[in-house]
Amino acid sequence: MDHLITEALRDLLTGQCTPAVVRAIESEVAAGQSPAAAALWQQIEDTGFADLLLSEEAGGAGLALRDAFGVWDLLGQHAMPLPLADTMLARAWLAAAGVALPQGAIALTPKLAAAEGGLRASGVRGARVASWVLGQQGADLWLLPVGTAQVSASIFVLDADLHWPEAALASATRVPAAASLLVAQAGLVSALLAGSLLTVFESTLNFANERQQFGRPIGKFQAIQHELAVMAEHVSAARMAAQIACEADGVAADPLKVAVGKARTSEAAVEVASLAHSIHGAIGFTTEFDLQLYTRRLHLWRQTAGSESYWQLQAGQALLAAGGMALDVIREITDSRAAVA
Amino acid sequence: MTILNGLALTRIPPEGEALRAQVRAFLQEAVKDIPAHIRAKSWSGYDPAFSRKLGEKGWLGMTFPTAYGGHAQGAFARYVVVEELLNFGAPVGSHWIAERQSAPLILKYGTEAQKQRYVPQVARGESFFCIGMSEPNAGSDLASVRTRATPNDAGWLLNGQKIWTTNAQHCQYMIALVRTSGEAADRQKGLSQLIVDLSLPGVTVRPIEDMSGDRHFCEVFFDNVQLAPDALVGAEGQGWEQVTAELAFERSGPERLFSSVVLLDQWLAFLRTQAAPRAESLKLAGQILTRLAPLRALSVAVQEKLVQGQSPIVEAALVKDQGTVLEQFIPAAIADDLMALEGEAVPHELLLTLNYLTLVSPCYTLRGGTRSILRGMIARGLGLR
Repeated sequence: MDHLITEALRDLLTGQCTPAVVRAIESEVAAGQSPAAAALWQQIEDTGFADLLLSEEAGGAGLALRDAFGVWDLLGQHAMPLPLADTMLARAWLAAAGVALPQGAIALTPKLAAAEGGLRASGVRGARVASWVLGQQGADLWLLPVGTAQVSASIFVLDADLHWPEAALASATRVPAAASLLVAQAGLVSALLAGSLLTVFESTLNFANERQQFGRPIGKFQAIQHELAVMAEHVSAARMAAQIACEADGVAADPLKVAVGKARTSEAAVEVASLAHSIHGAIGFTTEFDLQLYTRRLHLWRQTAGSESYWQLQAGQALLAAGGMALDVIREITDSRAAVA
Repeated sequence: MTILNGLALTRIPPEGEALRAQVRAFLQEAVKDIPAHIRAKSWSGYDPAFSRKLGEKGWLGMTFPTAYGGHAQGAFARYVVVEELLNFGAPVGSHWIAERQSAPLILKYGTEAQKQRYVPQVARGESFFCIGMSEPNAGSDLASVRTRATPNDAGWLLNGQKIWTTNAQHCQYMIALVRTSGEAADRQKGLSQLIVDLSLPGVTVRPIEDMSGDRHFCEVFFDNVQLAPDALVGAEGQGWEQVTAELAFERSGPERLFSSVVLLDQWLAFLRTQAAPRAESLKLAGQILTRLAPLRALSVAVQEKLVQGQSPIVEAALVKDQGTVLEQFIPAAIADDLMALEGEAVPHELLLTLNYLTLVSPCYTLRGGTRSILRGMIARGLGLR
């Protein structure tokens, strides 16, 4: 079942989420419109991928986070520009809270703040191509329509800063939060990073085998070989860490497992992006070459839902609080099945 | 499926975990009087009596067939026992190489007589082996070994020299990689593995002191050492293939992750005594944990591939290189953390362990293949060579 889903998704992404489509969405949104984003979202809705975490009775596939890893990994491999992973998670959480599911993509923000009687969130990933924002403020989850917010540009082209005035909250839905949205988002971003790390590594390996200098492929030089070996190490550890982050029977991630996943994938993002650009030389630094579609996302996702330092601190506190041998905390992280959520 | 997306999160099966509690209860008693800086020697710690005790418990040769004194258990049962031994800093050095490599090699390539003769003694923790690979002019370039065994009427006449042979001064036997046919220019061809009884006339063992003050590796000289015909393990001329097949087993186990874990646990215990540890200390603890846990999961995933009969040589190199980098990072980072404290007395015993690991950790990236050699192997596995 999982294999069928991921193969179908791979086909969709290979055909419909090409580097050209990613570029088109980014440049159209910068110009204030997004027909390419709407077209890609329609494809996703038609094929049901946004509903995979919903129960079968609710029209989904009943996937747990454990299975979602394979889906999110593929989205990362293809530099998915729309908040599809976010929407999958948001729909599962909303359904669990008994909220009627809205049409359209849902962006996530774990840091919703009170502002002038309304609510504010900054740097919301993918909000420029989403219809809704699911945000956490203290013990509450808010489902807020993007259409009622004052939207201003953020740093990354597809992100936005949003302010919902007090009057806009009338059209919002508020439910108690059953878990931490920050933990959940960090878990799914770990899987996205795992995918983009793989693509960046494989692209760099191919480039090193093709690019000729001094009369031979640069991959024949030992210095380049060792840099690629180090990249492979980071990617292998990060991909394992991301699987750990997603290890859960239901749709609520385990905070300590997520800390491991997000810290290790974020560490790897910096190292792998740096080595990839070093090996590619000037061509990899151009807009025209595809590498930047993925390395920009490595940095973006590293900076989403807590950097490595944030999660290292969380993990360190858990390790000290645990007492006993470090081995037992490690085994809890790698060997235990998370409680059913 | 490539190397990098073919390693799935795998759990140790319940039958593998079955012995953990029992082993842990034994170790809590067995090592309680050994100071941490001695336990930190990990698989360099030498104690034949302890090895015999493990043999009596049935925790050596766990995966060997019962016909040769083994216990016919799964590889994961052994993995769990080894993981516990290393995390407690138990002195496993006496039997380590014999049990991990030599007996499995004899079981795989040896004759029935060789299996009967050597393997049960290893499983009892009575017979210790070392591995004769490096020579003064054959380190990373192992195929250039010059030690030669010449066939004669009595078997093989051995002449030459090995170096950096761990524990040779304590072992009864060495399995040596030597030239048995051809010339140096033949490289990997014409090499064979021979079992050398180190008590034979003509063998001289001279320990070398390392920078930590320990004497665990040795020079070994062979001056017309007469070996019997049955000293040969496996086929004449197949030594290189036999040696490389062992390496995936040697490079991905818990011993490539936990060499600094006694210090880590001791440092964590010290932090727990502080009313409010520095945020930098907590972050460092988390940095180590978030690097170590995925590596342990990778090590288990490689073990699973070995159980399935695959030969994950590149995956094992990925684990070993990262594991040793982390094992060396731990003492360096903990030293930085402890020396950043103001007005806090660091326990002397913690400083002893820290000092020992600072001095011994350079060996992590040379034993079992240097960092450069491992990265070259990974590059080969990626198709770059």
